Amino acid sequence: MIWLSWRQFRTQAIVAGAALVAVAIALLATGPHLAAMFDNSGLATCRTGCATDANNFINQVRGTNADLIFFGGIILLYLVPALIGLFWGAPMVAREFEAGTFRLAWNQSVTRSRWVAVKLGLISLAALATTGLLSLMISLWSGPLYQAAQKAGQNTFNNKIGPPLFGATGIAPVGYAAFAFALGVTAGVLIRRTIPAMAVTLVIFAAVQILMPILIQPHLIPPVQATAPFNANQANEIMITSPGNTITVVGNYSHPGAWILSNKTITPSGRVFTGPAARACTSSSAAPQQCSNWLNSLHLRQLISYQPASRFWPLQWLELGIYLVLAVGLGWLSVWQVRRRRA
Amino acid sequence: MTAAIEARGLGKQYGRRWALTDCTLSIPAGHVVGLVGPNGAGKTTLINLSTGMLAPTAGSIAVLGKQPASDPGQLAKVGYVAQDTPTYSGMSVEDHLRFVAHMNPAWDNGMAVKRVQQLGLDLKQKAGKLSGGQRAQLALTLAIAKRPQLLMLDEPIASLDPLARREFLQILMEATAEQELSVVMSSHLVADLERVADYLIVLVASRVQIAGEVDNLLATHHLVTGPRRDPDALPLSQRVITASHTDRQSTMLVRSDEPVVDPSWSASQIDLEDLVLAYMGQARDGSPGMTDQVGTKVLEEKR
Repeated sequence: MIWLSWRQFRTQAIVAGAALVAVAIALLATGPHLAAMFDNSGLATCRTGCATDANNFINQVRGTNADLIFFGGIILLYLVPALIGLFWGAPMVAREFEAGTFRLAWNQSVTRSRWVAVKLGLISLAALATTGLLSLMISLWSGPLYQAAQKAGQNTFNNKIGPPLFGATGIAPVGYAAFAFALGVTAGVLIRRTIPAMAVTLVIFAAVQILMPILIQPHLIPPVQATAPFNANQANEIMITSPGNTITVVGNYSHPGAWILSNKTITPSGRVFTGPAARACTSSSAAPQQCSNWLNSLHLRQLISYQPASRFWPLQWLELGIYLVLAVGLGWLSVWQVRRRRA
Repeated sequence: MTAAIEARGLGKQYGRRWALTDCTLSIPAGHVVGLVGPNGAGKTTLINLSTGMLAPTAGSIAVLGKQPASDPGQLAKVGYVAQDTPTYSGMSVEDHLRFVAHMNPAWDNGMAVKRVQQLGLDLKQKAGKLSGGQRAQLALTLAIAKRPQLLMLDEPIASLDPLARREFLQILMEATAEQELSVVMSSHLVADLERVADYLIVLVASRVQIAGEVDNLLATHHLVTGPRRDPDALPLSQRVITASHTDRQSTMLVRSDEPVVDPSWSASQIDLEDLVLAYMGQARDGSPGMTDQVGTKVLEEKR
């Protein structure tokens, strides 16, 4: 059974291995240079007031190949689990149905549930190893960029804990790959045709990947709620809508590396502040400072809900766990289907 | 001795259509069984139920005394060559032998390699590049060398040219002689089965029309010709399968355990093909067949 699984999976395994080697070469060719730049920037030993150095380092990296590889790596880590689902998962059983070879495979002295379970298990391990290795290589390579980003405060690389970077670092991609593979196999078992199974796999996997960060990820651990006095002089945004005379203000916050889920400004009575805007803010003759002074006199407060940077690993483990549970459930479903629904 | 296949009230429904209805059979072991019937009669359904590829909708089936495909031991006892003899087109002949060897504890590698060499198959050849006949031979070799007690073949020679047919049947007969092997082999052509089968099942329109040992079937069916008479007037021990009439003469195929002794009738033996065709016609036209003549019908069916 193991021999057959390997024989049928050989080509895909070789393709995956070659792709990993190619990625490794690209990372090895550029990684040491990036690490050296980081060392020279003095960020490694910097303790306080590192923001300027960090921003300098990031600007230095911008526009080089390293920038391209960084974003390429993110795309790759989202793409590889999907490809595994499409090209390893969906055809695994569907191809046997299409070619009629399931009749050959299922009539050897191995029960069909064992046949599908062994193939599921072995190729799952290959999927886990492939994405795990890829994520490890890319994470090691991007380490300096993430460190610099954390020290720089707000910028592109910052929110490693939120989407889209969260799913392209650490161990989360491993979970995605296991899920995508099991999803592909299940679609193949139920639909019995390779191309439609691939299409269904892609649609469902993409939907889950889009909905998870929006609906579930932020609440995996109850977010931290913080309040702070609103300071109009440092506000991120002050927006006045003239017909209703409403005013929307968004305060500044400083939670480096955190995933900010919401940032609301509320009145002392606890309602969301919407105005009405005073003449100091609407009149074209008034100075901007007058508007700020008026806002500051209202004793507004900021209500921030966020996931702090320190929760990166707990959230990663939870994410991995959820996807692994889904994968195991789907795997069980396909074994059960193969066993129950006779061809 | 356990029956090779024992079915009771077996039925399989697809949507609203019954592919096989009320099939009760007991096929003793040690036979080469011909399963014959027109296309769509339910032959493949019966074979798939016997190999556990399908689960019955109604009734039950036991193969060599157990539920089909229920465990590895049961799977090992049944060899199966599916319709169109599926093989992995990207895998070489050698890879096929290895894969089946890995999956069957009783695998006889020496025999498999010997057969493949006799057939002149190149071990390195991809199965997808083999001719239909070679592929069928490979599939048969894979099924035989796992040393089953029962071999199920679903229209194995339908797509083969006459020479390949003969070779295939020859190999099959050698295997049945060497191993203690029961064989069930389906075909829509009686001629394919005539030379090898010693037990026959005629399946038409989802129902088993008749089943029994060939010798016995031939001995109990008589083609009788004589002055015209009503089929209902025959003795109860004689069942009319087909009847045709001219103004003065009646020709009937009757089934009777006793010889037909009526002096006004001339009785003759019929061959297997005529017998099968008579049952096919009966099932198609309703009983008993009232077409012009048995002979014409035979020609029609032979087209």
